[in-house]
Amino acid sequence: MTTLIAIVVLGIMASLFGALLGFASIKYKVEGDPLAEQIDNLLPQTQCGQCGYPGCKPYANAVANGEAINKCAPGGDDTIKKIADLMGVEVQPLDENHDQDNSPKVAFIIEEDCIGCTKCIQACPVDAILGAAKQMHTIIIDECTGCDLCVAPCPVDCIEMRPIVQTTQNWQWDLNTIPVTQLD
Amino acid sequence: MAFWIASSPHNHIQSETSALMRLVIYATLPGIFAQWYFFGWGNIIHIALASCTVLFAEFSVLSLRHKKISSELFDGSAILTAVLLGISIPALAPWWISVFGALFAIVIVKQLYGGLGHNPFNPAMAAYVMLLISFPVQMTLWQPPLNLMSFDLNFQNTLSTIFTGYTIDGFSTEQLRVHVDGFTMATPLDTLKTDLTLGLTTSESFKSPIFGQHFGIGWEWVNIGFLLGGIFLIIKKAIDWVTPVSFLISLFFCSLLAFFISPDSSASTMFHWFSGATMLGAFFILTDPVSGATSTKGRIIFAALAGLLVYLIRKFGGYPDAIAFAVLLCNMSAPLIDQYTRPRAYGHQSEKK
Amino acid sequence: MSIIERIKKGHFWKFHGGIHPPEQKFLTNDKPIRTLDLPDELILPLQQHIGQRGELLVKEGDKVLKGQQLTLLSSPMSVPIHAPTSGIIKAIKSSTIAHPSGLSDLCLFITPDNVDKWQERQSCEDFYQKSPQEIINKIANAGIAGMGGAGFPTHIKISSKPSINYLIINAAECEPYITADDLLIREQSTTAIDGIKILDYVLQPEHILIGIEDNKPDAIKALKKATKDIKKITVCVLPTKYPTGGEKQLITALTGLEVPSGQLPINLGIIMQNIATCFAIADAVINDTPLIRRVVTVTGQALAKPQNVWALLGTPVNYLLEQCGYQATKDKNLIMGGPMMGFNLANDQVPIIKTTNCILAPSKQEVSSENNEVDCIRCGQCADVCPSQLLPQELQWSAKAKDHVQLQKLNLFDCIDCGACAYVCPSQIPLVQYYRIAKAEIRQQQMLDVQAEKAKIRFEARKKRLEQEKIAREAKHKKAAEARKASMNKKNEGGSSATSAVAAALARVKAKKASAQAAKNNENSITEQPTQDIDTKSKVAGAISRAKAKKMALNKEAKENNTVVEAKVVNTAKSNKTDKDKDKDNDNDNDKKARIAAAVAKAKQKSAQRASSIEQKPEIQSVVEENTSSRDENKKAKISAAVAKAKEKAKAKKLATAEIKDSQTSADSEINRQEKKKIAIAKAIAKAKAKAKKQQKEETK
Repeated sequence: MTTLIAIVVLGIMASLFGALLGFASIKYKVEGDPLAEQIDNLLPQTQCGQCGYPGCKPYANAVANGEAINKCAPGGDDTIKKIADLMGVEVQPLDENHDQDNSPKVAFIIEEDCIGCTKCIQACPVDAILGAAKQMHTIIIDECTGCDLCVAPCPVDCIEMRPIVQTTQNWQWDLNTIPVTQLD
Repeated sequence: MAFWIASSPHNHIQSETSALMRLVIYATLPGIFAQWYFFGWGNIIHIALASCTVLFAEFSVLSLRHKKISSELFDGSAILTAVLLGISIPALAPWWISVFGALFAIVIVKQLYGGLGHNPFNPAMAAYVMLLISFPVQMTLWQPPLNLMSFDLNFQNTLSTIFTGYTIDGFSTEQLRVHVDGFTMATPLDTLKTDLTLGLTTSESFKSPIFGQHFGIGWEWVNIGFLLGGIFLIIKKAIDWVTPVSFLISLFFCSLLAFFISPDSSASTMFHWFSGATMLGAFFILTDPVSGATSTKGRIIFAALAGLLVYLIRKFGGYPDAIAFAVLLCNMSAPLIDQYTRPRAYGHQSEKK
Repeated sequence: MSIIERIKKGHFWKFHGGIHPPEQKFLTNDKPIRTLDLPDELILPLQQHIGQRGELLVKEGDKVLKGQQLTLLSSPMSVPIHAPTSGIIKAIKSSTIAHPSGLSDLCLFITPDNVDKWQERQSCEDFYQKSPQEIINKIANAGIAGMGGAGFPTHIKISSKPSINYLIINAAECEPYITADDLLIREQSTTAIDGIKILDYVLQPEHILIGIEDNKPDAIKALKKATKDIKKITVCVLPTKYPTGGEKQLITALTGLEVPSGQLPINLGIIMQNIATCFAIADAVINDTPLIRRVVTVTGQALAKPQNVWALLGTPVNYLLEQCGYQATKDKNLIMGGPMMGFNLANDQVPIIKTTNCILAPSKQEVSSENNEVDCIRCGQCADVCPSQLLPQELQWSAKAKDHVQLQKLNLFDCIDCGACAYVCPSQIPLVQYYRIAKAEIRQQQMLDVQAEKAKIRFEARKKRLEQEKIAREAKHKKAAEARKASMNKKNEGGSSATSAVAAALARVKAKKASAQAAKNNENSITEQPTQDIDTKSKVAGAISRAKAKKMALNKEAKENNTVVEAKVVNTAKSNKTDKDKDKDNDNDNDKKARIAAAVAKAKQKSAQRASSIEQKPEIQSVVEENTSSRDENKKAKISAAVAKAKEKAKAKKLATAEIKDSQTSADSEINRQEKKKIAIAKAIAKAKAKAKKQQKEETK
């Protein structure tokens, strides 16, 4: 008799919890992979491919599936820290294969040397290069993410990455860097 | 010739943390003087001992932490901790009590939490509580006021007692504490508590010689000394008047309420004000900005809570005085109080329910 | 009691916090405003306000008259500048501007001719004749921007049209040391009140309140006297407290209202103007005088003669200091603006601009220069004085920890940078500096987020487009294959077309040969420098090597000859797309279009310049490309020879027209140029070679 009661009680409990879980899985169903989405939002969207993935979204998906978090060179330490916070893992230094210098840059086409081959136009992931075949090309600075994907394809090496010039608009209130004139 | 670049504002009120701390230390002088007058050299010796210890401890830790020693060692905050600790320790406690307490206050309570400004607890009170719990015997070596003592407790005798446990003539600390009439003395708060547990009424207990004319010989004057110092600080705007006032009012109402409910087992409101470490706590401990609440509203709640806790512990707790415990408990609740007493910023409507 | 009744009775409100720093106004408030001689040079930054700079109307070497407009009111948020005196535009170049960063921006350098000749002016005695819109236009064209410090374009502020309850005139001047407005009111109260009348006419507010602190008794008297017949205007005397002159604080002090966070006073039906701006408005509307000068308090104990001066915009600071007897010390500490919110100058060549109300040269004793920052002891004094009722010490911790989320939760962006917290801080923490850095960082981050979002959208769009193109290409290939199949069926037709194509190619080659021959003949007829010969040879060599590199690259790429065609497609698609994008954001639209137009123009210009040499480049390439399939070395050599000939021909032609009758000297210069070109070509060859090698290596890998 006691055994029967125990079995019945456990059975009822099991079905109750089962029903609860089933309900929760329907009620709180999450579409897609929210983690990858969140990681993608943290990435700088330069689409540079330096991480070895064709764009930021694929890398975000990879990170969500266990890829190392330290492969985003344009994002640098800040991005690594944010991803680490999000995923609750240790902060890692930037992957050694990347250069440490991740100051913001934009591509610049030396117009004298440009032969109008359109190779860079095809390389640009965000369509930030303007030009036509056998016409000189130019960069739309506002759209350039500084990914430097256009530098390698150029047959005459006329594209260089230039650091973004500091203006009064983007000045960061760093009083120590003010160019003080030394007189005498 | 070079151009000077600094951030605005370019002028400053010219107040400094160290000056503020010095002012507070000066303000303790009337209280210390009263302590010296009624209880002898003991506390002054402890203050000196604690001061040397804190300077040593602060110096060591600051060098370990690679901090700027010159500015931080003499910012006065460590000395203030030492002074407050020295004041709170029983005058005839052995020397290592204050040394140990000072080390604990600086190394553990202050520096390990990040140094000045980062300690969640008041270092002096935390050290006091640690000592009280760890060394209950030494920490209750309260002596009667000098005029009730059967011995002449001069400077040499005190020094000798603190360092060896015996006077030059060979009397032990226990013997020193014995009254002319032959029974051991305690603080007025202690006496009252003991008497009440023995079934005596308050008025009966007050017949004990320790209480003197008012609320305890010496203790009332020590409290008045600290009250004067506190008023000086308020005038000098070194401390906010809100905290002590809120604390004293809270304590006043608690004791008043209890007195109405049961006059026989409750001491008067003024007794609570002028005995123990009430005034020291009100003006020097609770006003410690580091471990207290920051907004005005927060301070009112913080100090009122302290008043309530002081009364509850004095009345129902195991220890006769309660300032240290109450302060520590309030320190713990300060961040929470701050969280809920944030002022409404300009242009932000108060959140409506 | 209604607000206005309270005001009439002189009962005002209190705002939270505030401090009472030493006023130090006695240094300058007892002396009249001095008029200075013309400086040797005026430096006019193109942008002196919040917004965008106007378009330049003048160029280097132009003569300008006093009051002549120098930049155009090109967009709503731009404000023109005017010549402060007559003279010559000596230079237009980048120079240090009046900004805390000490960075440079484009400035006009004017050398005065000391004639001070005005351009033609039409004074307008009765401004009620004009329509409000005309007056607003007048103000806009007079280049008036808020003169209290922020420099917001005035015409924008007064163009907003909802019903205005209060027009508040800010004459509080709460910063220590500054007395510019005080003196201006005392000396020019009639004109200033005229300015208020103009604003009254334009805005039609219900009430006009002039907020002034009680430490300026003379100015109060002057204002009361000037306004005693005007019922609408109330002079409100407020107790002296810093920062009463802050826009939000003054509104609260006068009306008891609070400007909700993130909104503008206009949302409450309030408009605030500085009294100096009112003066400038009156000057502009009535006297047709654009904003070319302002009162500047030159003060501080490092000066022998501190005084308020009428400074022309563009006057370098060192000239003002010189005029006021500056005793330079070893460390120059110069502050533009007041001691609470001003900024240090990194250079004394910085010019006075529209928002400069004070130049402060303090002695060492006056301004603490050392930074004795120690840890915060949570004393809470900062929270007590904060006029925005923030919690400065908590902000400070979050700022140090770079906790941007918490900072925004603590309403960092309601901080007005007044400096009251840092002023009272016993730990001497430069709180304002921490907030500024944090604010800049947060703004930067927000900007980056926007950019990232944009890049993402563009990337996705591109991916989609490429996919569509691929599909389209496949469809085309299929079609082509089908067409081929069909043509195979009708052999005869197909065959004839193929032969005709071959024939055409042959004809082309022949024609080329003929022309080359002709060129050679021509060459022989002209006496020619030997250098040119070498030059062309090297050029040919360059072309060949480039062609080789190209070939390799082409071989590597799967698409081969399609690239050019594809690029064209890409480009057309892209321009379509960019057009679409542009429609989205109207703001950038014009700008971008202009830029693109400029780029195209540049390209055109360049190609025109190098008509002879560059045009041939693609030709060479195309010829080479045609022949990439045939590996015959001889042929190639022949072709390159032909190309060289063609080039020589072009050169010769040019020479013939330009230099035949020229003397030897011009020929020399030609040689120089040729040599330069040679070097450039050699470089290009080397580059191409290196590239080719690299690619080869990669291929072998």
